[in-house]
Formats: sequence, structure tokens, C-alpha cells
Amino acid sequence: MSTETRPVRQWLLTLPSLTWLAVFFVIPAILVIITAFRPTDLQGGVGAGWTMATLREVQDPAYLPILWRTLWLSGATTLICLALALPVAFQMARVGPHMRQVLLLLVVIPFLSNFLIRIFAWKSLLHPEGPLTKLLIGLHLIPENAVLLNHVGTVLLVLVYTQLPFAILPLYAAAEKFDFGLLDAARDLGAGPWRAFFKVFVPGVLRGLISASVMVFVCCLGQYVIPQMVGGTSDEMLGSKIAQRVFSDRNLPHASALAGGLMLAVLVPMLLVVLWQQFGRKEAE
Amino acid sequence: MDDFLVIDQVSKTFGAQRAVEDVSLTVAQGEAFSLLGPSGCGKTTLLRMIAGFEKPDRGRILVRGQDITALPPELRPVNTVFQNYALFPHLSVWENIAFGLRMSRRPREEIRTGVERMLELVRLGEHARKRPMQLSGGQRQRVAIARALVNRPQVLLLDEPLAALDLKLRQHMLMELNTIHEQVGTTFIYVTHDQGEAMSLSDRIAVMNAGKVEQVDSPENLYETPGSSFVASFIGDANFFTGVAVELQHEGYVRVKVDGLGSPLVLSNGTVSTNQTLRLMVRPEKISLTLQRPPSGERVNAFSGIVEDMAYFGSHTRYRIRAGEHRILAQLQRSRFSGGEIDPARGAEVWMSFHPDEGRVVRLEAAA
Repeated sequence: MSTETRPVRQWLLTLPSLTWLAVFFVIPAILVIITAFRPTDLQGGVGAGWTMATLREVQDPAYLPILWRTLWLSGATTLICLALALPVAFQMARVGPHMRQVLLLLVVIPFLSNFLIRIFAWKSLLHPEGPLTKLLIGLHLIPENAVLLNHVGTVLLVLVYTQLPFAILPLYAAAEKFDFGLLDAARDLGAGPWRAFFKVFVPGVLRGLISASVMVFVCCLGQYVIPQMVGGTSDEMLGSKIAQRVFSDRNLPHASALAGGLMLAVLVPMLLVVLWQQFGRKEAE
Repeated sequence: MDDFLVIDQVSKTFGAQRAVEDVSLTVAQGEAFSLLGPSGCGKTTLLRMIAGFEKPDRGRILVRGQDITALPPELRPVNTVFQNYALFPHLSVWENIAFGLRMSRRPREEIRTGVERMLELVRLGEHARKRPMQLSGGQRQRVAIARALVNRPQVLLLDEPLAALDLKLRQHMLMELNTIHEQVGTTFIYVTHDQGEAMSLSDRIAVMNAGKVEQVDSPENLYETPGSSFVASFIGDANFFTGVAVELQHEGYVRVKVDGLGSPLVLSNGTVSTNQTLRLMVRPEKISLTLQRPPSGERVNAFSGIVEDMAYFGSHTRYRIRAGEHRILAQLQRSRFSGGEIDPARGAEVWMSFHPDEGRVVRLEAAA
């Protein structure tokens, strides 16, 4: 009896969120993909009928370096964010409850100001006449004529800055559940502090690592404001191109094809990870 | 090798709390030694200092003459079985046991033989590929022991090793621990709050109270000749009476006047003088109950009382008997051979008697 009613009740309970996801995510995503196969019309809208022309257009080799830059910038951002967030999450889970609240607040505080304003702040910080540039030149850490802005490194820096909280929060959630007695056990069995951290803590927060990576990586892939504001002319990401197709060229099918391609590029590896995990779990049993 | 592990005047304070105060102990090689005491007595802190997780404020810890006080846990010849076992959830049983050998970068072949030897010792061969989550409590415990012993530690520390197990399993693991100890011959140090556990596992026990060691002795001696009323009441049950020494006798006996109980003759602890106020201790099972007054004699301490309450335990029955101002705990074995089956009811008058050798003078607690 209960074995029959339970799945039904679970479905009913998830129905609201499922409906939300279907209406505002799945259906729009499908619409985007459908649009990729529609012709453009002269008013910048979508015409009737079907065409494969857009799909051929986006195979333009000019997109390859942009795709490559998007992938490596997102990957590097993810790795740097994880490397920075791991020790932060570790400490946050170890300090007392009062200190923990203070740290959590500090992580979340940047969200209180607008995303664009924070990036604009970086722009003025790194401006040749800005305080950071002057300070670094004053300390003789960078040459007099150094330009910190409009560089692919700047894009990476600001990407890391904006994504870091999204790496810290899931990692902290995982670290909070981690049994720190396991580190004592590792030390007891001959592991130094660093080996205990990498052999026991890092595998212990693996789920947090995976969700943090997905979160940061996926958010980076779609970025276009950051390369546009702090990057140079040759630092465009795929998101910049999509935005350009929508806002300047008014070519919705072309933008849809790019967006759909990006979506596939994200979904396929994620699906593989999920399948691999399922397989691994069956293996263990 | 009597001073295999030496704890030399070790003290540790946490803020205002004195967790361990000037503790000195020596443990012999191969001994099974217990640190026994109520929670907060400092036994776990002492264990963590031996393992290296806490640094003593004062004092030294030596293993085989080597001062290990300043060494981090990973460099000490000591391994621990943690209270909740602290098995690595992401590793299989096999990999959990291999962890210590991998950390010391042993050759592959040595790791394999070491792990298999341990799996055999704790009889978990068929579970080697499982994750800790898939094991029962007793199996996890055995993995924890194997994971510690595979490193061939000089000293194995066991923190409340049986606390997480249910009663039946605990009795089984008690035997198992004794067997493993006999097989490997490593020095075992148990930390426990359970006196029964400590008594059946150890060659010697250090009873701790409020950061200090009250008494170190064999289980028999702790039970039969406790040095203080704390030890007497922590190990087993005890009746305590306060009285005044009235007559010192030869061979270490002393006659003590106790209000309401007459003047029983008991064993002195050697430092008694006449007119001194003393504390006496008699174990409940040492008091025999009769309906008639026992034949009086020089060596019989007898007094009567009214049965107030009783509790049946199957193997024995406990009586609470009021005699004057005193509430006395007595215990009857349910056996027809143990001197006349009697079955006193509530309110019945009974006679209690005990042999002078079964009553002891114990140290008055300084704080009491």
C-alpha cells in the first residue's frame, strides 16, 4: 500500500517546481532551439517556414577561437574559484558559530549591490588613473606604463571575483556536514596536515566540489557583460556574440543557434558525469 | 620494560577548566590498561595528548624512552581507534585499512600482505570491497581496529570502543578485543566510563576524577580495596558509613562506632588513630541477610533493619534496608546454597551481617 502511494505523493509534492521548470525553462529552451531553424525576417523578427541556413552560418570558423576562449576562461575561472573556495569553506566550517555567521555575511554582502555596479567598480579600480594601478606602480610591483584594463587577464580576474561566492556557498554546505574527526584519524594514521586535507577532506566534500564546479562553469559560459566592460576588443566570449546577434544584428535565429550550441556543449558533459556517477554507484553495490 | 609508556606530570587546562592535572602513569609493554572515570574527568584529554591531538601545558610523554611530547600525531608510534570509528566513507574497507601503510609509502606488496593479514585477524575478508556505510556497527569497529593495528603501533589507544554498540554486541566485542590483544601483544590503552568494560578488558585501571588519577591498580584490588570513596562508589556499588575510631586492634583492624549500627570491626587503611572520624565502605553483596540474629561473636558485625524496598534482577535481588538513619543496600544471590533461602517482604525486619575483612576504611574525600 505505502509502496504504491509514496511515489504518487512524491510526484504531487514536486509538481509545483516541475511545472515552474517546464513553463519557464524547458519550453523556452525548446523554443530557442526551434527558432534556430527559422528564417529571419526583415524587421528583426522570426519568419515562417524552416531553414538549415543558420546552422551552416554558425559553423563559421571565425567562431572557433571565441568558443575556445569561452571554454578556457570558464575552465580557468572554475579551477581558480575552487582553489580559493576550498580553504575558505574549510575554515568556515571549523570556526565557531558566531564567526561563521560573520564570514557567511561577508560572502553574501557583494550581492547587495548591483552586478553591473560591481563590475564598474573594478573598471575604475583598474583604470590607469585608478587607485589600484597607482598603488601597484607606487610599490614598484608593476611597470609605470602597465595597463591593467582591457586584457584577457582582467576578464579572468573579474570572472573569478563574481563567481567566487557561487563556489564558496556549495562547498561550505558540504564542509559543514563533513566529520572533521576524519582529519584526526588521517593524522593518526600518518598523514601530514596537507595530505589529510587532500586525501580525506577533499574527497569528503566531493559533492560540493561537483556542484560548485557546475555552478561556476555554467555561469561563466554565458557571460558577456564582463568581457565587454573590462576586456579588450579581442577578449570576446560566446555570450558577447549572442548578445551582439540579438541586440545589434537583430538576427534571432543566429543567436538561437549559438545559444543552443552552447547549451548542448554544457548539457552533454553534464549528462556524462551524471551517468558516470550512476554507474559508479551501481558498481559499489 | 615496566616504563614502556611513561606519562610524566602531565597537565592541561582549557580556559579556566583544568582538564588534566599533574598526572603521572607508567604502562608496561603489552599491558591492557584502562583510563576509567566519569565524563569530564580528563580521560579523553589524556588520550588525545598521548595520540598527539592536544599538547600538554606541562609534563612529558615518553614511549620506550623517546620523548614524543612535541611530535605531531602522524609521527608518533601510536594509533587510535576512535569512538565513532572515524572510518573514511569514500574508501572501501580494504582501502581504509591500507591508508596508514600508503601514508608511510610502503611498497605495494607489503601493503597487500599487511591488509590481508589484518582482514584475517578481524575476520572481515569477504567484506573487503564494501564501503563502511554498508557494514554493521560491530564490523565497523573491527575495521577501525584493523586500520590502526596494521601500522604495528607501539601503543593502541581505544576511545570508548564499545560505547556505540548494543548490549549483546558489546559482550561479544569484549571477548573479541581480549582475543585480539592476546594475538598481537600490543599495548592497549582503553578510555571508558563503563567500569564493567574496564574491569573485564584491563590488566590495570587508572581511575580518574576531576583531572586527577585517584588510584591505579588491578581490577580485583580496585574492587576489593578501593583507596577512596570515589573509587569505591565508581567501581561497583558501596555502602558508606561515617563513624569514629574507638579501638585499634592488632593486624590492622579497627573498631568504629557508627550511630545506629553499633561498633563494627573493619580493616583499617593503616593511617588510623583513635577518636579520628572515618569513612567505612561495605559492598552490597558482602552483606548477608538473615531473619534471625546471627550468632554473636568477636568477628561478626551484625545489626538489624527494616526492608524498605527491593528490586529483582533475576540473578540476584537487591534490598534497600533502613537501619536508624542509614539506608543500606544489600544483595541476595538467588541460590539455595548461599546460606538459607530467605525472601523478606517489604516492612520485614532482617538482620545484616558482614565479616570484618569485607568492611574497609576509605580515604575521606578532601572536597566532601
